[in-house]
Amino acid sequence: MSGAGLDRREAVRRLLRDRGDALVVTGLGNPTWDVAAAGDTPLNFYLWGAMGGAAMLGLGLALAQPDRRVVVVTGDGELLMGLGSLATTGVERPRNLAVVVLDNARYGETGMQESHTARGVDLAGVASAAGFADVARVRTPEELDALADRLFGDGLLFAAVSVSASPTKPELPARDGTHLRARFREALLGSDELG
Amino acid sequence: MSPGGDGWPSAAYQTLKAAGVRQVAFVPDAGLTELIRRCEEDREIRAVSLTTEEEGVAMLAGAWLGGQRGVLLMQSSGVGNCVNMLALNQECRIPLLALITMRGTYGEGNPWQVPMGQAAGRALALAGVIVHEVGRADEVGPTLAAAARLAFDSRRAAAVLVDQRVIGSKAFAR
Repeated sequence: MSGAGLDRREAVRRLLRDRGDALVVTGLGNPTWDVAAAGDTPLNFYLWGAMGGAAMLGLGLALAQPDRRVVVVTGDGELLMGLGSLATTGVERPRNLAVVVLDNARYGETGMQESHTARGVDLAGVASAAGFADVARVRTPEELDALADRLFGDGLLFAAVSVSASPTKPELPARDGTHLRARFREALLGSDELG
Repeated sequence: MSPGGDGWPSAAYQTLKAAGVRQVAFVPDAGLTELIRRCEEDREIRAVSLTTEEEGVAMLAGAWLGGQRGVLLMQSSGVGNCVNMLALNQECRIPLLALITMRGTYGEGNPWQVPMGQAAGRALALAGVIVHEVGRADEVGPTLAAAARLAFDSRRAAAVLVDQRVIGSKAFAR
């Protein structure tokens, strides 16, 4: 199965090409490397840990910044650890949040063990059942283009993007948490001094 | 407690308002009923019900990155759920303000509440959270105000643990 699915680096580069001033939160591991490889900016908040927290961090950010688009880019393993966050987000329904799962059906950082999505769990189906009215399943370049065209529009969105499990070269962004949060808040709020 | 609310939940609510809290993330507890209701009725506050407590740790980190202050309300049994997520606060020096109602500490009638209740304060401390234990109702408001300053001015994770002496303990009659 490692040959099936889109190239994750190319897919993320395409999705974020027209991001404008959107805020991007990344789930630990490959999604962090993928987003960094697509272009580092202070408006990326990279998680290197806090597994299971990416979607919820995106929710809190989206509620605090209702006029900015917030896009969470994470992996299937990360989201599976915080599956309840889909229910919480589905209840809150912020119009400015998108959750994109790069699904390689593997735990890529720990030895490529299969995740539950390799064994039949359908994350898009879970999101739909949890209250996401707009759910996309992306398997082809055409579907990826269609997702990219509306990723930064209005409305709560969930997208499961099937990506290849082929290994990628790590593209490591800054990792110091205080640096990442300071540069993010300076870029978004104008200052990190606000309490 | 009077219907108008002059007990500790009212003091806690006023303290959160004075601290500028805009997002309230919670997992319900009987001891938090009035405070949660006050927050839900407040149009300036977004009260978000969670499926598990660590969701709130991540959510409030996002809120603060976006310029809003928040508070996490939960029962002591949820402390263990938060431990790994608290890496966010320690590594990024992102504030966390938590108000935790205790079980398993005083007159507990459900033995299953005792392990996490007894470990909650130490578990939080091990995860880098500064713990304030409160055993009297009139100390909740001032202690929460102090914890809020520690959180938002000094950028630390700070928790106020409201003891079962304040909340009251439930008898599980045979």
